[in-house]
Amino acid sequence: MTLFERTAAELQEQIKAGELTIADLTNEAFTRVEKLDSDVQAFLALNKEQATAQAAELDKVPFEERGPLFGLPIGVKDNIVTEGLETTCASKILEGFMPIYDATVVKKLRDAGMVTIGKLNMDEFAMGSSNENSAYKTTKNPWNLNHVPGGSSGASAAAVAAGEVPFSLGSDTGGSIRQPAAYCGVVGMKPTYGRVSRYGLVAFASSLDQIGPITRSVKDNALLLEAISGVDENDSTSADVPVPNYASKLDGDIQGLRIAVPKEFLGEGVGEAAKQSVLDALEVLKAQGATVEEVSLPHSKYALAAYYILSSSEASSNLSRFDGIRYGYRSENAKNLMELYKNSRAEGFGDEVKRRIMLGTFSLSAGTYDAYYKKAQQVRTLIKQDYDKVFEDYDVIIGPTAPTPAFAIGANVDDPLTMYANDILTIPINLAGVPAISIPCGFEDELPLGLQIIGKHFDEETIYRVAYAYEQQTDFNTKTPALWEVK
Amino acid sequence: MAKLTKEEVKHVAHLARLAITEEEAEKFADQLGKITDFAEQLNELDTTNVEPTSHVFPIANVLREDVAGEGLPREKMMLNVKEQEAGQVKVPSILE
Repeated sequence: MTLFERTAAELQEQIKAGELTIADLTNEAFTRVEKLDSDVQAFLALNKEQATAQAAELDKVPFEERGPLFGLPIGVKDNIVTEGLETTCASKILEGFMPIYDATVVKKLRDAGMVTIGKLNMDEFAMGSSNENSAYKTTKNPWNLNHVPGGSSGASAAAVAAGEVPFSLGSDTGGSIRQPAAYCGVVGMKPTYGRVSRYGLVAFASSLDQIGPITRSVKDNALLLEAISGVDENDSTSADVPVPNYASKLDGDIQGLRIAVPKEFLGEGVGEAAKQSVLDALEVLKAQGATVEEVSLPHSKYALAAYYILSSSEASSNLSRFDGIRYGYRSENAKNLMELYKNSRAEGFGDEVKRRIMLGTFSLSAGTYDAYYKKAQQVRTLIKQDYDKVFEDYDVIIGPTAPTPAFAIGANVDDPLTMYANDILTIPINLAGVPAISIPCGFEDELPLGLQIIGKHFDEETIYRVAYAYEQQTDFNTKTPALWEVK
Repeated sequence: MAKLTKEEVKHVAHLARLAITEEEAEKFADQLGKITDFAEQLNELDTTNVEPTSHVFPIANVLREDVAGEGLPREKMMLNVKEQEAGQVKVPSILE
């Protein structure tokens, strides 16, 4: 049992009634971490001293000045910079790195009165689908500690699923919020590209990266997205589009909603249980007044290849900043400047990061640029057009988040290509730049499955309305793993 | 058919400023070859006259007023520099 099985609204009511303080909630988070994190291995750094002091201050703020998330604990993925709190991107190359400013989302969390509990593990530089690529530790799936939590925001999902924190932030470049949310049975949203400022998010692939919220309920997720969204002068790709009050729009009414189900999302490579859980969910939504039709996104199968070329190309450029000079790991074995660059990077980066830097460098090289990089950008156009076309006639697209539930630790480490295949259902969404959520929709072998709801550009509102309507009719999001009950 | 030879991998590693051993070059040639083989499937698509997408929204030239803002103080800028002297970043000799 933990306080964190309650929603934000329930916790606020208890605080108002004098049954609970913000200090109690902060304590609860650190106590849960102390009890559970030796198993789950989600946190890389804890913010105990500052969080405790902050909680004491927040408890003094008058109730009328508090918003819906005021005083609630949150964990932050370790690729989001936090001033004075070590930020490593789970890479050896950033061991000991102390950010000198806060990311825009971190400022926004503070403005909302949220308390940062600590930094969450990930695949190194967000490159991976299992958290096995972390240079520090392998986070475990709270539902079965022999399985991965997914990735790259694996620990962001696992910490919420284990009830260590009720909220977390992740980042999603090709599925890195949604796939772990599915694997851990929690709610994870990748917003529209441009919805949330990327200022202070250590860049992996700048045209695809988005920060997003992970929570246990749809409504809490909507509250957190509203808090972190909006245009930012420090990110010229953030969009100047009004941010709705999402939570106020959740009424459970989806009468007349037009749902498209791409046949490619229920085809080859997708497990039977994942398929069936989606078909069952569609029946639930139909019973609420939605219509469901099959459509085609014909270029889906090319998304994976296009994604690996584009994201790796962008990464090869973004990660060139890690040169051992101004910050991060510096090799001691260097006689000259060239050796310093080469050795610092070779000793500081893990294999998956090196593979992608090299794939990207290769794709951008003279002689291969047209055949790889430009070709992949053209295929991206075709994929985006597939989505534009379907959204002319439908409100949302629905399918599974991942082809299977969480796989066993070690199962895919030897073959990068099989590992990449876990993301076939999430990657196209990033290429198209549209928003999508994963919500719990079933189990296979006692491991959670996720339902993916994809919306039009900047229409997170409709996604949340559908997700909420589904959540009201089902109880998957109230299920908790066995370790939740730790005393 | 692997698309990348060991020599090509070594060249790419040099461009990317990554030191690489013979064994690593061999391993990466094999792995990257599989990935580039996989990427060959993109050639099944005719993309003649298809505009490349580098960015999903047509945003161009986001400008702001050219007003000087406050920069970060030097001690913050130097906080993570491993080797420094007299407020300067130190590197190994550049000229041989």
